[in-house]
Amino acid sequence: MAAHLSSGRVNLTALREAGRRELREFLDKCAGSKAIVWDEYLTGPFGLIAQYSLLKEHEVEKMFTLKPGRLPPADVKNIIFFVRPKLELMDIITDNVLREDRGRSPQRDFHILFVPRRSLLCEQWLKEQGVLGSFIHREQYSLDLIPFDGDLLSMESESAFKECYLESDQTSLYHAAKGLMTLQALYGTIPQIFGKGDCARHVANMMIRMKREFPGSQNSIFPVFDTLLLLDRNVDLLTPLATQLTYEGLIDEIYGIQNTYVKLPPEKFAPKKQGEGGKDLPTEPKKLQLNSAEELYAEIRDKNFNAVGSVLSKKAKIISAAFEERHHAKTVGEIKQFVSQLPHMQAARSSLANHTSIAELIKDITTSEDFFDNLTVEQEFMSGIDTDKVNNYIEDCIAQKHPLIKILRLVCLQSVCNSGLKQKVLDHYKREILQTYGYEHVLTLNNLEKAGLLKPQTGGRNNYPTIRKTLRLWMDDVNEQNPNDISYVYSGYAPLSVRLAQLLARPGWRSIEEVLKMLPGPHFEERQQLPTGLQKKRQHGENRVTLVFFLGGVTYAEIAALRFLSQMEDGGTEYVIATTKLINGTTWMKSLMEKLEPPPF
Amino acid sequence: MSRARADEEEYWHSSKFRAFTFDDEDDELSQLKESKRAVNSLRDIVDDDDDLERVSWSGEPVGSISWSIKETASGSTSSLEGRDSSLQKGSSSYAALPKQVSSYSLSSLFKGELCLSLSALTDVGVKNYAPELRRPKAEYKDYSSDWSPKDTVRRMQRGKVCSLERFRSLQDKLMLLDEAVAGHDGNVITAVLIFLKRTLRREILFRELEVRQVALCHLIHFLREMGEQKFLLDLLRFLDRTEEVALSQYREHLNIQDVEKRREFLKGCIGLPFSAEDTSHIQDHYTLLERQIIIEANDRHLEMAGQSEIFRKYPRKASILNMPLVTTLFYSCFYHYTEAEGTFSSPTNLKKTFKIPDKQYVLTALAARAKLRAWDDVDALLTTKNWLGYTKKKAPIGFHRVVEILQRNNAPVQVLQEYVRLVEDVEMRLNLATKYKCHDVVIETYRDLKDRIQLTAYKCKVERGSAEEEKINSILSNMVRNTFS
Repeated sequence: MAAHLSSGRVNLTALREAGRRELREFLDKCAGSKAIVWDEYLTGPFGLIAQYSLLKEHEVEKMFTLKPGRLPPADVKNIIFFVRPKLELMDIITDNVLREDRGRSPQRDFHILFVPRRSLLCEQWLKEQGVLGSFIHREQYSLDLIPFDGDLLSMESESAFKECYLESDQTSLYHAAKGLMTLQALYGTIPQIFGKGDCARHVANMMIRMKREFPGSQNSIFPVFDTLLLLDRNVDLLTPLATQLTYEGLIDEIYGIQNTYVKLPPEKFAPKKQGEGGKDLPTEPKKLQLNSAEELYAEIRDKNFNAVGSVLSKKAKIISAAFEERHHAKTVGEIKQFVSQLPHMQAARSSLANHTSIAELIKDITTSEDFFDNLTVEQEFMSGIDTDKVNNYIEDCIAQKHPLIKILRLVCLQSVCNSGLKQKVLDHYKREILQTYGYEHVLTLNNLEKAGLLKPQTGGRNNYPTIRKTLRLWMDDVNEQNPNDISYVYSGYAPLSVRLAQLLARPGWRSIEEVLKMLPGPHFEERQQLPTGLQKKRQHGENRVTLVFFLGGVTYAEIAALRFLSQMEDGGTEYVIATTKLINGTTWMKSLMEKLEPPPF
Repeated sequence: MSRARADEEEYWHSSKFRAFTFDDEDDELSQLKESKRAVNSLRDIVDDDDDLERVSWSGEPVGSISWSIKETASGSTSSLEGRDSSLQKGSSSYAALPKQVSSYSLSSLFKGELCLSLSALTDVGVKNYAPELRRPKAEYKDYSSDWSPKDTVRRMQRGKVCSLERFRSLQDKLMLLDEAVAGHDGNVITAVLIFLKRTLRREILFRELEVRQVALCHLIHFLREMGEQKFLLDLLRFLDRTEEVALSQYREHLNIQDVEKRREFLKGCIGLPFSAEDTSHIQDHYTLLERQIIIEANDRHLEMAGQSEIFRKYPRKASILNMPLVTTLFYSCFYHYTEAEGTFSSPTNLKKTFKIPDKQYVLTALAARAKLRAWDDVDALLTTKNWLGYTKKKAPIGFHRVVEILQRNNAPVQVLQEYVRLVEDVEMRLNLATKYKCHDVVIETYRDLKDRIQLTAYKCKVERGSAEEEKINSILSNMVRNTFS
């Protein structure tokens, strides 16, 4: 089930094991039969840690989705709410508890498990509703870093960016630091810490403080990671705004990947077998899990989409040839061998079928005129063309009432690529947006300004060209088929964040001091002492392992770029990626928008 | 202002920029087709592939948590039923369990009601492989009354409950707050703030928070979440963060469902200290809603009475209340186009009141009139008279956009070609004319370009024996004559 977690340089199965153990121990605390009421958002992340069978072993007999009204009748001794500490969820729980039939026999005991942390705010809320005392256990399950793949960890905290940069609430940074402490407990102290940005600085401070507060607990584990790089998302606001052009990135942009699962339109996946074909097409979306456990997906996920077709067709030939072999199998031995390979071949075939269908779906979109126009404008901005005046395409999109999020992504991109917009240009965009989409969006626009995504240019200086040139963010000679640079993930634009990681490994940040000063927040280096016995004696040619932690979110294209660097022959560094949340421009924008009532049409 | 599309294309092909297209379109397509073919041909050989992974149709692996929620919620399976009944037998013992009836206050929560944290219990298992996860022994000590602010914060960070009532002096309280802020744990900071809010005078609390920005942000967030609007506004006013006061107050309108009340509320927002530009937006927001309420009342009446033809022919899909300005303009161009400027619902009145730019107005009016297939209105909209009385066609949005909109509304070729003809850029004009079969425009353009070859080639696109073919023939023969004369 979790084999893919141990496939990378660092075996992340241990982290998953630790999570499972903690879950078991909580369940055993509530003795007797149980029903779990789930905050739906949590089932995805929990699914990466445990299966239903684990819960069942610990007497979980029923599971429900959290919703208002009376709880379903289930003859269990314990009702346990698994929830995020959110006030709106507390209201639902209150409703559930108040409607519980007090006369029922036996009475059911209530418990709350807050994920990832208890919240006094929520408990006060429950108290005000008069139900706090109904709960016997109120505890927390610190699901900080969840292993997503052999080289990928996420906290799946969707509001981390908003909390850090809009509300100055650093709780998610505290969780990040705690997650890093757990990681160090399992994989050894990380000797070197680098960072860029205010949040990075906070996290490093907290780590050092936490370490100080465990006196005498000397970690005797040989360090797996050589370096930790902490990066603030607001150091690189540009990258998530651009459309990702890797296979996985595009799947995420178009369909949205959640907890490694994607839901796809079912038409292309209809079963075409004899006897059942064509009659009733499934109407439910097709759900697929996407991770490196699937051989083909591991091979194509990080490629530029333009390079995916040729791999798929090559695979098709190989599989066809393999199946043809059956005609040549004459002897019993040969047939036996063919049959023994059949399961593997069938898996490969079904994997190929799925990805061919997905590639077709994506291609329909990437070849559309609007996708092309949108990308053209993005690339103009990123390469520094016409960023200081009102853009025609954006105006047209507003006039045609394209989705507001698309407009905001483009306008913010333009603003970031121009170190802020001229006041006149900014006012023009604002007026058009408010008149077309509604005045209440004044609130969202204010949020974007606060986050630095949309702002007037101050002092008339535009730093972006200097940053672009020094960090080589725009590459003219990009090779999508056989890339030689990370810029292939955006067909020309090299993600700033990953460039920083690359330059840190070689030749070091000293070479880019000037540019680092132009980017927000401090940059720093810390060292954590290791006992002499644990200091690493590196074998010649052995790669260093760097953990890159993105505070405020990371995109699949950035992950692809880091994996590309890991695989470079003379790279010398392998990367493991951690983040507060896997994001794309759309989900990121959504998290910054004011929650508004959807209009009736 | 606009770079013509043809220019753009040329720019893209000639410049260094790489657009996202497949290098070799056909090749790529055929590659996908090929792998698809291969996949399909293999279906005959293996038809039990679905058994490979145990997945339900929705793709959820059987046994995953989200799958199981559906499974266990929808009626119990037989095995579970067996278990249920056995549990019922022993039910009497549960009833005897003490019930926690609660009426204690939050402060009692802080008074050391001990709740063992989950992590504290995991020590035994964790010790074996992760020494750093172990808690210091001091953790196991029970309630102690003389913890320093630092110890208190540290305990709270571990999810334990501590009494804060001991911190009586202002100095102690502030030390506690600073310690909490240094720990960065928002939960603890909030807990300390709740305590301070309860035990300090407002002015003192506000004054101290002013120099503690992080704590301040947390309190603001807390007040917002709890809906303590009045306290929040007092705080922001004290801090002189007037713009935030204004926005925060304005945000409230979203919670008001009743339109009349919402309008009244927005009216009250107009005087708030927004930034200069936001002030005009908020004013517009109020004026718009006020307008919509009047229009809505009138039109609902008109529609119900059934006298007005336009409402009978095109019943309204939804009310116009709370719609954006441009949507309202479209509505008014659709239902109230001919009204005099004096009425609130007339498009010209809206245009004037909200200073809608020409471009936006023409675009919206055009879309509305085209939807009604009112081609005369379209013509009038794009016609201007100069002071000599000559008329001229003008489109602030460019005629290519006019064509696009008309075409989307299925305009007949006669209407369409009139505007295609007016597209200035020759190449774009030819493209549009060819695309929408405006033969006359294509033919005339080639004639003006003196392009015999294209003209001859175009002959096969028109119907044989049609007037267009005749026209091409006559032009071609004229061209020949001119060449030889």
